[in-house]
Amino acid sequence: MTETIDRDKLRDIYTRTMRVARADEKFRSLLMTGKLAVIYYTVRGQELVSAAAMAALEQDDYLVTTYRGQHDQIAKGVPLNPLFAEIAGKVGGTCRGKGGSMHITHPDSGVMVTTGVVGSGLPIANGLALASQNRGDGKVTIVCFGDGATNIGAFHEAMNMAQLWKLPVIFLCQNNRYGEHTAFADHTKVDSIVTRAKAYGMEGVKVDGNDAILMYNTTKAAVDRARAGEGPTLIEAMCYRMMGHFFGADFSYMPKEHLAEMAAEDPLPRLRQLMLDHQFSEAELDAIVADLDVQMDAAAEFAANSPLPGPEEIRKDVFEEEIAA
Amino acid sequence: MSAQITVTQAINRAIDEAMAEDEGVILLGEDVAAKQGGGVFKISAGLTEKYGENRVRATPISEQAIVGACVGAALAGFRPIAEIMLMNFVTVAMDQIVNHAAKLRFMSGGQTHVPLVLRTTTGVGVGFGGQHSDMLEAWFAHVPGLKVVTPSNAADAQGLMRAAIACNDPVIFIENILCYGLKSDDPGPGHIVPLGKAAVTREGSDCSIITYGRTVLDALEIAERLAGEGISVEVIDLRTIAPYDEATVTASVEKTGRALVLHEAVKQYGTGAEIASRLNEKLFGKLKAPVTRIGGAFSAVPMANALEQAWIPNKDAIADAVRTAMNWKG
Ligand SMILES: Cc1ncc(C[n+]2csc(CCOP(=O)(O)OP(=O)(O)O)c2C)c(N)n1
Repeated sequence: MTETIDRDKLRDIYTRTMRVARADEKFRSLLMTGKLAVIYYTVRGQELVSAAAMAALEQDDYLVTTYRGQHDQIAKGVPLNPLFAEIAGKVGGTCRGKGGSMHITHPDSGVMVTTGVVGSGLPIANGLALASQNRGDGKVTIVCFGDGATNIGAFHEAMNMAQLWKLPVIFLCQNNRYGEHTAFADHTKVDSIVTRAKAYGMEGVKVDGNDAILMYNTTKAAVDRARAGEGPTLIEAMCYRMMGHFFGADFSYMPKEHLAEMAAEDPLPRLRQLMLDHQFSEAELDAIVADLDVQMDAAAEFAANSPLPGPEEIRKDVFEEEIAA
Repeated sequence: MSAQITVTQAINRAIDEAMAEDEGVILLGEDVAAKQGGGVFKISAGLTEKYGENRVRATPISEQAIVGACVGAALAGFRPIAEIMLMNFVTVAMDQIVNHAAKLRFMSGGQTHVPLVLRTTTGVGVGFGGQHSDMLEAWFAHVPGLKVVTPSNAADAQGLMRAAIACNDPVIFIENILCYGLKSDDPGPGHIVPLGKAAVTREGSDCSIITYGRTVLDALEIAERLAGEGISVEVIDLRTIAPYDEATVTASVEKTGRALVLHEAVKQYGTGAEIASRLNEKLFGKLKAPVTRIGGAFSAVPMANALEQAWIPNKDAIADAVRTAMNWKG
């Protein structure tokens, strides 16, 4: 693969990455200052993986993701105001405050399911892809999950079925080296998830998820394969969860030396350097971030001002028809 | 005599009609396509030939992947039908059913919905033993967001299946193996039985038996037997177990003043408990006898026929329960 990239695409990836990063930063500051009290799965360290992957997709391609999916959702295009409001449990949220951070849905940006059940998104992604295959609408479905999820039965059932039917689906494993408190080597005997793609006769690629150009090109190739009817791809994107399982959680089980080593691979400074290497000016990059920060402040304010859902919401959306009080 | 149709033919016809009308109706399950013989119970016979293997997909033995794929396809606007070969195997797919199919409409604030039908079959009395005979309807009735349906005859099987496929919420459709060969007068094409509507299968004035599925047949037999003793039994076939037709049930028991809830599933924590409790809340003071329940024994379904027959709700016990209610002195 020749690691070249279009300048506009690179700017697009940078903007998506920084939108994810600034939103995550904003959430952590809202939590720390007590302006928000919710469980929050920080995406610190994984910003670039999804930004580069989602930049290879179209708005109406489908995404299925997990509780730690805010980077995927933002990179895919979920607007910030309703996203912030949903995480805060407000009625102006994507799901009227009934989903929360672990259950974001936003079909307008292709975000069809965010699930809190590890590994359960993969079979659903197959179904979205099956619908596209039958319709011939050319859409691709991408499903994101962690390394821990690959030991769930649903992963294996879904991989086999996707390959059997050549579904237009991309399995994006964001290998952040941990499943809650358990390190990769303590939960998986093979040294790489990508080995498992081979076991199902599926195309599998392992990449440095913090390499913007490589991550983008790898995803783009998988998207092209899927659209051409050549079937699914498993991408194992190596990255690192730079904090605890959820924000504020103890992470003393993560070895200090390893954390330090991984800090050196922090995707954010690395991406900035890449941008500078491609002759983007400091001023242009700073302006992008400054503009994003204005959007973050506006979204936080929107969420703060949005009302809480009323109790009548409990009767709605259980079934199509409202249920009796 | 008018033309007759079996439950098997009726379900097949309902699916066939729905597939002809809407490209989004697809069928996924183990062995369902023509190559594998059109399903273990032949429900999908002839459908592959008409609609092709993209719409009638024989799957690997992967219950989570089958239901999950149906959830995903439903989110994309399809109306998938998942066949889970036997009801006990839904246990393997519970995450997809309970956490996803049932909840996605609510958790998304109504942005998405899951119009899927999960067809499955079960039944006590065929000697399948402990892991192939369970009636698990109460599990699903307990989950907000799921509708639970079971027919007791061919005409209803056809009409309820059409309604289930048209429904915009997930429906668990339970077929009893022992009912597959039952014949009804052919209701003709296009027959629909709305979900949530019970049938008063036999009118009576002394006691209501509220039931569904195969035990409707037992209830009718007992009603006939008791008519000879001068006891007039009303038989209500719920057809939709959740949400059930409370208005029809309450009206019947208000009229008769006595009620027995009968089902094949284990009695403990079953749907009978729910219905009995709701009747007490609605009709306390108007009841001439306590509402009683009859269900299967509290054990795994045994294989040996003699034991299996002992497990199943006993017809004499049903008759006795009605007589006891008739003679209740308070
Ligand atoms: C089926 C299931 N089992 C257990 C959990 C509890 N749990 C939540 S997150 C998590 C770790 C998952 O790790 P991984 O898949 O690597 O994703 P990551 O959090 O690293 O993004 C666990 C065990 C769950 N949500 N679902």
